[in-house]
Amino acid sequence: MDLSLRTRTEGDRTVVVVGGEIDVYTAPKLREQLIDLVSSGQYHLVVDMEGVEFLDSTGLGVLVGGLKRVRAHEGSLRLVCTQERILKIFRITGLTKVFPIHSTVDEAVAATD
Amino acid sequence: MAEVQILLPALPAHVRTARLVTVAAARRAGLRDELVDELRLAVGEACARAVGLHARHAPDERVSVTVRDDVLGLTVTVRDRGPEIGPAVDDLAGELLDTGAGDPDDDVVDPDVALALLTGLVDEVEVTSHAGEGTTVALRWPLPPRLVTGPAATQAAAP
Repeated sequence: MDLSLRTRTEGDRTVVVVGGEIDVYTAPKLREQLIDLVSSGQYHLVVDMEGVEFLDSTGLGVLVGGLKRVRAHEGSLRLVCTQERILKIFRITGLTKVFPIHSTVDEAVAATD
Repeated sequence: MAEVQILLPALPAHVRTARLVTVAAARRAGLRDELVDELRLAVGEACARAVGLHARHAPDERVSVTVRDDVLGLTVTVRDRGPEIGPAVDDLAGELLDTGAGDPDDDVVDPDVALALLTGLVDEVEVTSHAGEGTTVALRWPLPPRLVTGPAATQAAAP
C-alpha cells in the first residue's frame, strides 16, 4: 500500500492527513476512510494533501464523492495543498471552483464559509 | 533511439508499475525534470483509464505501453482494447460532480474524463479510437538536443 492516512480532531473539524499516491489502486482506501468518517457523524473534514505525491482522476472522483457526502449533512470538505503539480490538476478540471483550497491546516480549520 | 514496451494485466496495482517504468525510461532518455512530473501524471491517467476499461470489458487482454525516444522526442503510447471513446468532455468539473453519489461504487470516473484531463496536462496528445479495435493514446514531449548519446546524456539529465 503506497497511501498513508491519519486522522485527528481539531475542534469540530476532522483532519485527514494523506500521504503518498492516490491512484486507481489506492483511492478505494481513501474513499472508505471518508465514508467511515461521515458514517460516524463527522461532517466537517479537512483533507491535508501536502504529503500527496501523485493524484489521478480516480482520486479526484473520491474527493468529489466525499464532498457530496458531507454536503448531504450540511458539512464541509476543505483541502490543504500548496504543491503546484497537484494544484494544476484541480485547475485543469475546474475543481478549484468546487473545493475550498487552503495553504495551511490552521487556515482550513479556522475557515467558516 | 530506444524503445521500451510493457504489457499490463487489467490490475489497478500495476498502473503504478507502468508509471515507474515509464518515468525511468523518460529520465534515461533525458526528459527535463518538470516534464517528468507531467509525464508521470499523464501516463498514470492514461494507464488507469485503459486498465479500468480492460477490467470491465477485456479482462484477459493486456494494455500495451510503449516508451520510445527518437528524433521526434519522447513518445509514450498506451493502447487498450476497450470500447470506442465517447464525445469530448468540456465540463470536467461537472462530469466529476456527477460521480460519487451515495453508492460507494459510483465513484468510478468516466474514462472520457481521464482522457480530457490528460489532454489538458500535455501539449501534444494524439488519440485514435475505433469500435472493436480500442483506443490508442500517444503522448509526446520534446527532448533536449544532444550530441552525445548514452551514459553522458543520461548523466546530464540527472538531478
